[in-house]
Amino acid sequence: MLTPLEWEALALSLRISGVALAAILLPGIAVAYLLARFDFPGKTLLDGILHLPLVLPPVVVGYLLLVSLGRQGPLGQWLNEHLGVSLPFTWEGAAVAGGVMAFPLLVRAVRLSLESVDRKLEEAARTLGASRWKTFLTVTLPLILPGILTGGVLAFARSLSEFGATITFASNIPGETRTLPLALYSLVQTPGQEAAAARLCVISVIVALIALVASEWLARRARRRLEGRHA
Amino acid sequence: MLEAQVSQRLGDFTLDTSLAVPAEGVTALFGRSGSGKSSLIRLIAGLGVPDSGSIRLGDTWLVDTQRRRWVPPHRRQLGVVFQEARLFPHYSVRGNLRYGMPRAARADFDDLVELLGIGHLLSRTPGRLSGGEARRVAIGRALLSRPRMLLLDEPLTGLDGARKQELLQYIRRLARDTGVPILFVSHDTREIGALADRVALLEEGRVMASGPVDEMFARLDLGPRTGRFEASSLLEARIVAHDEALCLTRLALLGMPEGEMLSVARLEGRVGDAVRLRLRARDVGVAFMRTPPMPDVDCLPATLREIGDETHGPFVEVMLDVGGQALRARLTREAVSQMGLHTGQTLQARLRSVTISRHDVIVM
Repeated sequence: MLTPLEWEALALSLRISGVALAAILLPGIAVAYLLARFDFPGKTLLDGILHLPLVLPPVVVGYLLLVSLGRQGPLGQWLNEHLGVSLPFTWEGAAVAGGVMAFPLLVRAVRLSLESVDRKLEEAARTLGASRWKTFLTVTLPLILPGILTGGVLAFARSLSEFGATITFASNIPGETRTLPLALYSLVQTPGQEAAAARLCVISVIVALIALVASEWLARRARRRLEGRHA
Repeated sequence: MLEAQVSQRLGDFTLDTSLAVPAEGVTALFGRSGSGKSSLIRLIAGLGVPDSGSIRLGDTWLVDTQRRRWVPPHRRQLGVVFQEARLFPHYSVRGNLRYGMPRAARADFDDLVELLGIGHLLSRTPGRLSGGEARRVAIGRALLSRPRMLLLDEPLTGLDGARKQELLQYIRRLARDTGVPILFVSHDTREIGALADRVALLEEGRVMASGPVDEMFARLDLGPRTGRFEASSLLEARIVAHDEALCLTRLALLGMPEGEMLSVARLEGRVGDAVRLRLRARDVGVAFMRTPPMPDVDCLPATLREIGDETHGPFVEVMLDVGGQALRARLTREAVSQMGLHTGQTLQARLRSVTISRHDVIVM
């Protein structure tokens, strides 16, 4: 049904987005918790920096990644010397670009659901002998699960559709960083490939739809478990 | 024994008080809304930090600001039941009950479930419980965490009369059967009359007075604080007979001579059971000793102990001694002067049985 090239792009896209999501999930929840529950100096600044990828042109984000994580960049140099890792022009680099672009969406969704959690339930858990950590795992986390699911799917979809930061930071290498949007872009640039481009376009739409429907279904299921049970 | 000596500024309100709660029985923390009851409970539970002061539970210091000690709430071993039941919506009733339950408390589970009458609810989700059921589950959950003391923050608020009565019965049974001391917050003198052994009266962030419940109810000087309309006395009595044909139960007040009885609507208890009786001051009258009896009025020999010092308004409260127990009566100022009442006088306390409702009599 799919040509090898299409398979390659699709599999690469899913892998890169999956890795990106896995990498940002825990930090995203932690940062959302920090922003939702604590006041500290520089909170507004941190909040602003986190949201930058939402408002900056993705190419700018890609450029900043290249500057900081590239061979000559301070972080990139350190990574290369100590861990032997080089991110630019690799699929791992594409995952970094996708993760950075998706991070604010995840944090926003988790933070919103954290803010709607009834803190009184957490207090009740504390008086029942649960430490802060146990309270988080047994009360807070289950209650924000719908938010985590929604945010996770949003973030996954965002990094699936990532283009600008990826092409700038990780380039457009077939089999390495040529994800669905990059493959589509290449086909559009090539004369006589209109039909192939249209096929990729349809594949993208189907993948996006599946993600959206799955997220809606998961979130509804999670909400139904909690619904009408606030005693 | 819990001893607290705390102060905390909350906006333009200051809580600055000491409180002692004995290691047994039910102690009521009474005060109007805004008197600082809930804030005090939060400090004891560890959900707030006092600006200064100390709280000691037995020989454990929970808070001592001078020595910079503060035990976090989960290590305080205090069971708290809040006004709202605060059940976890994502657990079943069973899951809620087991939440804080240590291994050692497993053996208590079945007994407590039965005591609270929640056995049929175990697999339900909290959203499908009624208000009274949810609170019973919350009380069970708190007790199964094996607390050294149970703090109940207005657990009866928002329940209708019958549910309230039912939950009162459960709490009283708990206090008797589990031996866990209870600190119980309320602004309702009826609840306190039905439950408490001791009362601490909190006003504007300070405990003004505290003592055994009957003494506190008998103090005329606290009248304006405990609410004049509900001013009442608590009396200990026991059931001496049931009259099935007339649907009445005869009670004998403790300390009264043989044969002096009160009649109330038929009670559930057995002959010999102890009861606690709440009599509103406005339902008690007095008459001279020689006044002939009337069929629906119970007359008890009484001695006038104290006459309230009101000099305005139509009413005066007086304190009678019936067999060593204190009984308040509200009279018109006119009656007091026309009858020439004076302390030490021997009188009849007069009570109409119909004024004593079932809710006023608690079989202990």
